[in-house]
Amino acid sequence: MIAFDFDYYRPATLDDAVDAFLQAESKGGDALYYAGGSEIISMSRVGSIEPSAVIDIKNIPECSDLIIDKKHLNIGSVCTLYQISESNLFPLMKLSCGRIADHTNQCRITLGGNLCGSIIYRETSLPLLLSDAHITLYGKDGKRKVPFDSVFNGRMQLSSSEMIVKIHIPIWALSAPYFHIKKTANEKIDYPLISIAAIIKGDYIRIAFSGVCSFPFRSKKIEKVLNDRSNSIKNRARRAISLLPDEVHSDGESSGEYRLFVLENTLLEILKRWENGRI
Amino acid sequence: MVEYRGKSIISLNVNGEMHEVTVRPSDTLLDVLREQLGLTSAKPGCLNGDCGACTIAVDGLPMKSCLMLAVEAQGHEILTVEGLGGMDKVQKAFVDANAFQCGYCTSGFLMVLHALRTQKPIMPAEIEVEEWLQSNICRCTSYQEIRSAVKLMYDDTLSNKANQ
Amino acid sequence: MRKGDVDNAFKRCTSIVEQRFFLPPSDHLAMEVRTARAQILSDGNVLITTSSQAPYSVRKQLAEAFTIPAGKIQVKVPFVGGGFGGKAPVTLEILAYLASRSVGGKAVRLTIPREQDMASMPCRLGLEALIKIGADENGLIQAADLTYWLDCGAYTDISPYMSKAIAMDCTGPYHIENLTCDAMCVYSNHTYSTSFRGFSHEGYTFCIERALDMLAKKCSIDPLEFRIRNAIREGSTTPSQVGYSPSLIGDLKKCLTQIKELAKWDGGNANAIKKNTVKAKGIACFWKTENPPTDAISGAMITFNPDGSVNLNTGVVEMGSNGQTHLAQMLAEKLKVDASQVHVVTSVDTRTAPEHWKTVASLTEHMAGHAVVRAADDLLSQLRSNGAQAFGCAENEIEVANSRVFNRNKPEYYIEFKDIVQGYKSNTGESIGEPVLGRGGFMLKGLSMLDRQTGKGQTGPEWTLGAQVVEIEADISTFTYRILNATTVIDVGKVINPESMTASIMGGMSMGLSLASRECSTHNKNGIPNHPNLRTYKLLHIGQEPKYHVGFVETPEEQAPYGVRGFSEHGIIGMPAALGNALSNAFGKQLTKLPLTPETIWRTEQGGINS
Repeated sequence: MIAFDFDYYRPATLDDAVDAFLQAESKGGDALYYAGGSEIISMSRVGSIEPSAVIDIKNIPECSDLIIDKKHLNIGSVCTLYQISESNLFPLMKLSCGRIADHTNQCRITLGGNLCGSIIYRETSLPLLLSDAHITLYGKDGKRKVPFDSVFNGRMQLSSSEMIVKIHIPIWALSAPYFHIKKTANEKIDYPLISIAAIIKGDYIRIAFSGVCSFPFRSKKIEKVLNDRSNSIKNRARRAISLLPDEVHSDGESSGEYRLFVLENTLLEILKRWENGRI
Repeated sequence: MVEYRGKSIISLNVNGEMHEVTVRPSDTLLDVLREQLGLTSAKPGCLNGDCGACTIAVDGLPMKSCLMLAVEAQGHEILTVEGLGGMDKVQKAFVDANAFQCGYCTSGFLMVLHALRTQKPIMPAEIEVEEWLQSNICRCTSYQEIRSAVKLMYDDTLSNKANQ
Repeated sequence: MRKGDVDNAFKRCTSIVEQRFFLPPSDHLAMEVRTARAQILSDGNVLITTSSQAPYSVRKQLAEAFTIPAGKIQVKVPFVGGGFGGKAPVTLEILAYLASRSVGGKAVRLTIPREQDMASMPCRLGLEALIKIGADENGLIQAADLTYWLDCGAYTDISPYMSKAIAMDCTGPYHIENLTCDAMCVYSNHTYSTSFRGFSHEGYTFCIERALDMLAKKCSIDPLEFRIRNAIREGSTTPSQVGYSPSLIGDLKKCLTQIKELAKWDGGNANAIKKNTVKAKGIACFWKTENPPTDAISGAMITFNPDGSVNLNTGVVEMGSNGQTHLAQMLAEKLKVDASQVHVVTSVDTRTAPEHWKTVASLTEHMAGHAVVRAADDLLSQLRSNGAQAFGCAENEIEVANSRVFNRNKPEYYIEFKDIVQGYKSNTGESIGEPVLGRGGFMLKGLSMLDRQTGKGQTGPEWTLGAQVVEIEADISTFTYRILNATTVIDVGKVINPESMTASIMGGMSMGLSLASRECSTHNKNGIPNHPNLRTYKLLHIGQEPKYHVGFVETPEEQAPYGVRGFSEHGIIGMPAALGNALSNAFGKQLTKLPLTPETIWRTEQGGINS
């Protein structure tokens, strides 16, 4: 059980949501936007967080879209990983969503929750980083639509009272050649040692990583190395692992050195597949 | 806008019946089902969404009730093992396949499989069944009997398809 | 343990293996966490409801600790959601009692979250070993010098029993005449440990069986053949100098011969399938005797219902091991009725059920089985007495079968159970006989404390042995692997229920594979558990498991009811060893530490030291 009390709001509009957020904060507490709620509930239970109010945004229509228009696939922030996966609209996203946690939890975990949560992996960000996606945010200063990577540098950079409304993925990405792989310590249902997503655009591989460092990232430096056809696959993989933006992550799942070993092998595998036309 | 502060009386649709319960906003659905409605089939195995023993069905999809607030559950159809009636196909399949030992994880497995059959009336590929069931842990069995139970559960559906 | 002349025996050895092994502590992780409810009534009676394998221990410890007469304590156990030995110690019941006392006796329920269940409740012990074992030029083991250190954590609990258990069976089921073994409990700043499925056998078996594989390799003998050659047999003695007999110990050669077929044993070598991929099998044998108190007891009470069916009441806790079902079967067999005529009282109430030591050690079928059989004999004797009086003949002419009582010489005249179990009323209204109430008590006999110098003695009524094979497919470039097949052939004495016995064995195998391939409790420098949660402590999920195969050998245990040996735990015992042997064969590296994860195998390749 959660040992403390918080207030619960369920607004029907974006404005109501922001109003409730501001009202709760003005009383001197911490308000949190609530979608799937799994992280909020589990962290509250162990006392890591103590929000004074949760604002459940699942009833807001703009946040639950899952539609394709002429230019974009639009995914609302409260769409669950299961809904996104079952829609089959974006194969790379289907794999990214379908390999997070377990199936029942995927019926609950939302895109917004996975992006904004404090757990370091945020694997749904990988296809978004690779596909030139845009994101619509809403807060006390109203709505803004910006490139996803301008407000995500390993974590969401939102101003207070801002929430994610939806993601816009350009149509070209939905049919681009892609690859996804997740490696764990041994058990399949586990946090990733590494999770890699890749998209080929115009014979150039774009690649993004989760689990490798303590935040997910896309690295143009690494992409340059991996796309350098003048170098052998082996050398490209070896060079790539020396270009991580931060030190390699080490935790109870695995040590940093082993993670690098797995990363190098996986990059080799990806490059081989690409070369053999299997991506 | 719906607001709950402090204790409130809410209505929950559980196993086809409406129930009024008094809840705090931070009460989980698992606690309310067990403590207030006496529906103890959902079990507090880990309270963290890792073991699946608390699984119920909400609007036909499997849900870990330890990770859902009771106030959120309003307006949804909640189904627990007690609502299966005792002779549901999935229950019969588990008995016939001897698919349990201590029985503690069994309610969770039953609800995941009930939801699976609801969403996919024709048995999907084994790998998809495994993906659904990887949400639940069994410590007593080898999972082998549970696999047999899934096949038994789908038995009539398969033979119906053959007859069409 | 001291047997024979180890020093001279090693001089005869042409091949010797000396190796250290390490198994970290791990946890039971029954799906139900521990919980207890306590209430103190106004007359001072204490009511405890708990998820416990040992309700009678709860009663005893509360009585002793709080100086309450044991007769004023009533302990109830409805069902247990998995025990595996972890719910044998008395833990939360004491805290719940104190809490209830502090609020004037009101009912208090204490349930702990999984994190506390893992961090502060007793777990499975860690083990370190130094194994030295030698064979002569014929591949016959001559000597063993074994040292085991048990990491029993912060408190003793029953760890000395576990070091004794290791010592009793330390060599595995083999003919080894010269032996030195020391098994020591070591206090550490880890979570304290208690009985776990296998009672430390799953731990030491990993060490000895890995060493045997290494020795077989040195002798250039197929690992299965090596074990057949050295199998315990007529003329052998156990580590504690108990003489072998088929009835007491079982037939290892038969298990090995059978598993050679069932698992399609191919020598255990790595077979290349395609680039970087090999398949390999690993074999391990196991055995186990029990270590109960020498005076452990059990009992059974049977009453009849007006329809002639029976109620069976024992102190055996039901936690999924089907013990109660087997007892019902034994009773039905004795009374020659269908098992549907036996109604088992499934929950235990210490006020009404006769004491059963603890539901541990796979001793239900032996101890409670004996009690049930005696209670059945008691019933039959009373039925014969009633029958003799009703038919006017001698008691030895009366037969009881199919819920009927009749004179063997005139079977066409019978009385249905329902008309005679509560006494009999003749046509004239005369009451004849007495109501039939069955009782049976059982106490273990013939067990001893071990000799202080040599360890000689017998701690359990019997052994159960068997062989196990695991087959894996490994990627030797990434050090990852899949477990394809797991096979057990076990000498159970008699297969009284193939379905439930197979399920128990497979459940044990699954637990053993999970333990060996994933599980590990780690602590930081201050002894604080690092990951006491199911998010990061990984258990085997569906889809990762192998195909399971189980075969049985039946060498009856003559002192046991229906010849059945203990078997419920045993599926786990050889699994870590068989997996370790398979992976060592596949990777061509000697793996000596658990868990066997790709990272730990990679580190062995690197030559690095495990953290």
